Amino acid sequence: MSISEATIDSMIAQLDLPKNILKTLREDALKANVTKKELEEIIERLEESYRYALVEPCEAVGVVSAQSIGEPGTQMTMRTFHYAGVAEINVTLGLPRLIEIVDARKLPSTPMMTIALEPDYATDRDKARVLAWEIEATHIDNLADITTDLANMQLIIDLNEKTLQQRSLTADEIADKIREKMDVVVTVSGNIANQIILTPNAPSYRELLQLAKNIHGITLKGIEGIKRVVIRKDGEEYTLYTEGSQLKEVLQIEGVDVTRTYTNNIEEIYSVFGIEAARNAIITEANNTLGEQGLTVDIRHIMLVADIMCCDGEVKQIGRHGISGEKASVFARAAFEVTVNHLLDAGMRGDLDELNGVTENIIVGQPIKLGTGDVHLISR
Amino acid sequence: MKELPSIPKRIGAIKFGLLSPREVRKMSVTSIVTADTYDDDGYPIDMGLMDLRLGVIDPGLKCKTCGSRAGECPGHFGHIELVAPVIHVGFNKTIRKTLRSICHNCSRLLLTADQKNTFLLQLNSAKEMGHLPDDIVNEVFKEARKTKICPYCSAEQKEVKFEKPSDYIEDGHKLTPTEIRDRFENIPDDDVKVLGMDPTSARPEWMVLTVLPVPPVTVRPSITLESGQRSEDDLTHKLVDIIRINQRFQENRDAGAPQLIIEDLWELLQYHVTTFFDNEVSGVPPARHRSGRPLKTLTQRLKGKEGRFRGSLSGKRVNFSARTVVSPEPNLSINEVGVPFEIAHQMTIPEKVTSRNIELLRMYVLRGSEVHPGANYVIREDGRRVRVSETNKEELAEKIQLGWTVERQLMDGDIVLFNRQPSLHKMSIMAHKVKVLPYKTFRLNPAVCPPYNADFDGDEMNMHVLQTEESRAEASILMQVQENILSPRFGGPIIGGIHDHISGLFLLTRNENDITKNAALELLRKSDIRDLPEPAAYTESGEPRWNGKQIFSQILPEGLFLEFPAQVCFKCDTCKKKDCEYDAYVVIDNGEMIQGTIDEQAIGAFKGKILDKIVKEYGTEAGAKFVDDFTRLAIRGVMKTGLSFGISDEDIPSTAKMQIINLLNEAEGNVQRLIEAYEAKELEALPGRTMDETIEMKIMQELGKARDQAGNIAGRQLGLENSAVIMAKSGARGSMLNLTQMAACVGQQAVRGERIRRGYSGRTLPHFDKGDLGADAHGFVKASYKSGLNPTEYFFHAIGGREGLVDTAVRTSQSGYLQRRLVNALQDLEVQYDGSVRETRGVIVQFKYGEDGIDSTKSDYSKPEAVHRIVRMVTGREVN
Repeated sequence: MSISEATIDSMIAQLDLPKNILKTLREDALKANVTKKELEEIIERLEESYRYALVEPCEAVGVVSAQSIGEPGTQMTMRTFHYAGVAEINVTLGLPRLIEIVDARKLPSTPMMTIALEPDYATDRDKARVLAWEIEATHIDNLADITTDLANMQLIIDLNEKTLQQRSLTADEIADKIREKMDVVVTVSGNIANQIILTPNAPSYRELLQLAKNIHGITLKGIEGIKRVVIRKDGEEYTLYTEGSQLKEVLQIEGVDVTRTYTNNIEEIYSVFGIEAARNAIITEANNTLGEQGLTVDIRHIMLVADIMCCDGEVKQIGRHGISGEKASVFARAAFEVTVNHLLDAGMRGDLDELNGVTENIIVGQPIKLGTGDVHLISR
Repeated sequence: MKELPSIPKRIGAIKFGLLSPREVRKMSVTSIVTADTYDDDGYPIDMGLMDLRLGVIDPGLKCKTCGSRAGECPGHFGHIELVAPVIHVGFNKTIRKTLRSICHNCSRLLLTADQKNTFLLQLNSAKEMGHLPDDIVNEVFKEARKTKICPYCSAEQKEVKFEKPSDYIEDGHKLTPTEIRDRFENIPDDDVKVLGMDPTSARPEWMVLTVLPVPPVTVRPSITLESGQRSEDDLTHKLVDIIRINQRFQENRDAGAPQLIIEDLWELLQYHVTTFFDNEVSGVPPARHRSGRPLKTLTQRLKGKEGRFRGSLSGKRVNFSARTVVSPEPNLSINEVGVPFEIAHQMTIPEKVTSRNIELLRMYVLRGSEVHPGANYVIREDGRRVRVSETNKEELAEKIQLGWTVERQLMDGDIVLFNRQPSLHKMSIMAHKVKVLPYKTFRLNPAVCPPYNADFDGDEMNMHVLQTEESRAEASILMQVQENILSPRFGGPIIGGIHDHISGLFLLTRNENDITKNAALELLRKSDIRDLPEPAAYTESGEPRWNGKQIFSQILPEGLFLEFPAQVCFKCDTCKKKDCEYDAYVVIDNGEMIQGTIDEQAIGAFKGKILDKIVKEYGTEAGAKFVDDFTRLAIRGVMKTGLSFGISDEDIPSTAKMQIINLLNEAEGNVQRLIEAYEAKELEALPGRTMDETIEMKIMQELGKARDQAGNIAGRQLGLENSAVIMAKSGARGSMLNLTQMAACVGQQAVRGERIRRGYSGRTLPHFDKGDLGADAHGFVKASYKSGLNPTEYFFHAIGGREGLVDTAVRTSQSGYLQRRLVNALQDLEVQYDGSVRETRGVIVQFKYGEDGIDSTKSDYSKPEAVHRIVRMVTGREVN
C-alpha cells in the first residue's frame, strides 16, 4: 500500500511550506510508510496548521522585534569582560557587545577570530603551532632584550636563542626586516651570537630615543593586528583562537580552513564576503550575545534587525547615522535626534512629509497606519 | 436620526519650506514697531509686542483679528521690518557652502552645464527612490568649489573664509549680509535646483532675513505673578531686544552716523536675531535673563527630551487616567484589575442614549455622582456638558432623551488599559476588566507581575479608561491579558506562577495521600469543580484520602498529554524518565497527573510547560482559566502546610561548621602556598598570561572551589525539608547559592571580575601588610551572613555591593537608549498582505517575515515535533 519515495517527493515538491517542515515531512513519510490517502491528509493538516501559524498581515513586527531585543537589555550584565570558551582570551559580552553590534562599529572593542585548520594541520599539534607563529604578530620584545648604549649611540638587541627557534626566526631575518621598515644602519654582530646593533643615522639622543621607541612597533613576523594566538583542542582537532582580527590576511595563509574560519568583526566579514555574510554574522553574534546571558530571543526578531541593517547593501547603524537618520519623514527624524537641523534642512529643500510612518502621525494627532489602523472598511 | 458624524479630516502631507519676505508680510497682521508691551493700565500697546491683533491671552479681551476670546484664538503672526538684512544662524553652513560654489560675479553655479545635468538627474532619481539628497548635494558643493574660473563669465574665484559666528570674509574683506543676499538673488532657478533646493519653496536669498516674523502671543504668553507684576516670556524679551536695536540702527543710519557705529549696530542686530533663533550657538555668548539664566529661545524649545518634539508632540498627556499603588489579590482573575471605589467614582464612560438603554441610563443619572454606579455628566444633543449634581439629578434624569450622552461611572466588567512604566514591551500595557473593590489600591493577580515587571513594594501603576466602542473592542480582542500570555519574544508564557504559586503547588503535589475530604474541598473551593475523583487511598478507619496530584489534576483540561523533567530534576546522566526515583519526572496522561512534582518548569512564568501547552492547544481562554485556577489552588495549597523561613533555618550542626572552617583554612593554606611559589618565581605562567594574572586566576579558582565545597557541606545539612531549600529547588525564589551564603560562607567579593585591589598603595586596607596577596586581604569573606562578617569583610562586601548598584544604574540608561534606537529604527515595519515586511517607502526589508512567515508565538507549529504529531495522528504510527 505504501507509496514510493518518488511519489512522496513529487507530492511534496510543489507545497508552499518552509524547507525544514518539508524535510521532516519527507523523513516521517518514509519512516511511517504512508499510503497516498494518508499523505494527502497529512499534507492538508500540515498546510492548515502552517496557515494558522503565519503572522497576521498588518502586524507591526518591527516594534515587536525592537522590544524583544531591547527589553532583555535591561536584564543583561554590564560586565564587559568575560571568558568566551577559551579562558585565555577576553571578549566583550553582554549589553556593551549588543550595543556594538547594533551600532555597526567598524572595529569591535575586542576583535577575535576562530581559525579552523585544514585536516592535516588540525590533527598535528606541531603543525598547528607553526601556523600559530605564522599568524601571531611577533614584536621585538617577544624575542629580545633591548639595551640603549648611550656611549656608543647604539641600540643593542640581544635575541633570545630559545624563542628564536620557537618562532623559527634567525637574527639575519630580523635584521632584514628592521632594515626594510626603518631607516637605520643595522648590523648583525659578528662576535656575539644573536646580537643586532642598530645605529641611528644622525647621532643624536633624540634619534636614539625615538628609535628605541619605534622598534617596538615593528611586526617582525605574522600578521599585524593579531596580538595573540591560542591553540586549543576542540574535540579531535586543534583550533586557533586569536586576539585581534585580520580576516583577509588570515584566509590567505596556507593550512587555514577558509570555510570554517570565523571572526567577530562584522565589518571585516562584510568587506571580505559581502552583505549576506554580514547579515548572517550579525544574526549569529547577536544571538550568541543574548544566548550567553541566558536570554532566549526568537531568531526572527534578530533576523529582522539584521535585515534592516543590511537591506540597502551595506551595513547601516541603528541610530542617527544609519537607519533613523535616513528615514523618509522629516518629523520622524526630527523627533529622534538633532531636531533642529532636520527641520532647517527640510525647509531648505522644500521637503514633503507624506505622514506614512508612526511618529509623524502621532505628531499630527492621527491614527497610525499599522495594525488595526491599516484596515479600512468602505461602506456603500 | 441626524446626519452621520463626518469622517475626521486626515492630513495627507505636510510641506516644508522657507518663508520668503513676501510671505512673512502677507501672513503678518501687523508690523511691530514699539518695544513696549503694555501701557500703564495694563492694556496692550498698539503695534507693540502684545498687540491685540496677534491674539489674546488675557481673559475678557477679544482678538482684533479673529474676534475670538482667549483660549479659542489660535494667535496670528506679526512682523518686524529689519533695517538691514541679517543671516539666519541655522543656515550658516549652507550659506557658506553656497557662497563657495557660486561665482562672485555672475552668481551662477560653478559647474559646467553637463555636470549640472548629471547632478540633477542623480538628485531626481534619489528623490524618486526616497533617499536623502545630502550626499549628492555635498558632492555638488565639493565639485563646484574646485572650479577656480567661472565657466560663464570667466571671473577668477576667490576663497571665502567663514569666521564664527557669522562672518564671511572674501579676500580680506567682510561680506555684509546685503552683499550675500544680492549674490544669492542672482542665482538662476535652474542652478538652485542643482544645489538640492526647491526654488518655489526655498530660494537661497531667503536664508538672509530682511523681515522677521513675530510669533503670536499665544506662543509666548506672559504670566502674572501674585504681586500683580507681569513676567514676560523669554521670546518676548528677545523680541524687545531686536526691536530696540533695530530702532537704534534706523535712527543712527538716518542721522548719518559713522560707518564704524553702523557696523557695530549691525553686528548687534545680528547677535540678537541669532540668539532669538538659537541661544546655544558655539562662539556666541548666550543671551541671559536678568537673573543670569540663559534664555530659552526657539531652538531650545524644540530640542531634546523635554522639547516640543519629544516632549509635547510624540508624547501626549491624556484624560481619563488614574494612578495608584498596586497590591496583590490572588482571587482575582488574571484578566481583572481591582479598582478602588474612589477611582471608579470619578472615571466615566460615555454611553449614547438609545431606546434600549434609556431606562438604565436614566437610573444612573438618578443616582447622581455620589452613589457608585451613577453618572457624572450628561452631554446634551447640542454638545453642552452638564454636571450631574445632587440638586439637578432628578431634573436631568427626567430630561434625558435619545441622542444625549451619559457619562456613567466605571463599573465591573468595563475594559480598561493598565500600564506600568517603563513600558519596555507590548505586555507593559494590557487590557483588564474592571472589578470595583474597597480600599485605595489597584489590585492584580500576582501571576501578571512578570509582564509588567511589577512587585508590591510600593509600585504604582496607571489605568486608562477607554472612551469609544471601537477602542474597547480592539483592546478586548488584542490587548486583554489572556491574549498576551505568550510573549512574542520567545514564544513561551510570560504570565505564570511566581513565588508562592510555585512553592504551593510543589508542596501540594509532592505529598502523598494525606488529604481529607474537607481539605480537598477547601483546596478546590474556588475552582469550578463539582466532583472529587475516586480517592487514592483509605485510612484504616475507612476514611477516604486524596493526594495532591489528584487535586492538581482537577484543574487540568481533559485530553492533555505531557511529559517533562521537573525543575527539581537531578540531571542524571541517563534520565530514567518514568522510573525517576526522585519523583522529578512529570507525566500527565489525558488530563490526569500520574507522577512528578509541579514546580517552575510546569507552571512558572517564562518556563511553565503545562501552561505553554494549554495556551497553545486549548486557546487563550483555557489558558487564562488554568492560571486563575492554579493560582487559587496554590495559595490554598501553601496555606495548608504553611511555608516560613527564619534565622534558625540556617542553622547547621557544629560538626559541619567545623568541616567548613577546616575546608576554608585548608584553602587559605593552598593560597598561601601558591603565593610562596609565586614569590619564589616557581609558578608556571598560563599561556598568554603574565605571572601576576596567573596567580590571581589561580587564587580565585582555589577560593571559588572552597566556597562551593563549603556550600555543598551546608547544603547537605539543610536537607530537602528546609523552606529555603524547597523554594530554591522548586524555582520559587532564591538559589542554593543564596542559601549557602547565609549558612556557610559568603565567598570572594569581586570588582570588575577581579579580587579587590584598590585602596591604599600596595594594600586594600591599613589592616594588612603591603603586598599581602592573601585571601582575606583581597576581599575573601570567610564568614556566613548568619555568623556575621568581621569589619574588614564587611567593608569588602560593601565594595562588591556598591559595584552592583553602579552597574544597574549605568545599565538602565544604556539599555534604555538602545531600546529607543531600536524602536525608532524599526517602528514603521509592517507585514504586508503578501507576507513581505516593508517600511513606509515600500522598501522591502524581508520577502517573507522571518524567512518562514511564522509568528513567533506560534513557532511551535513549524518545529519537527508538530509534523511528527500530525503524522502520528493520521497514520497512528510512531515516527521517532
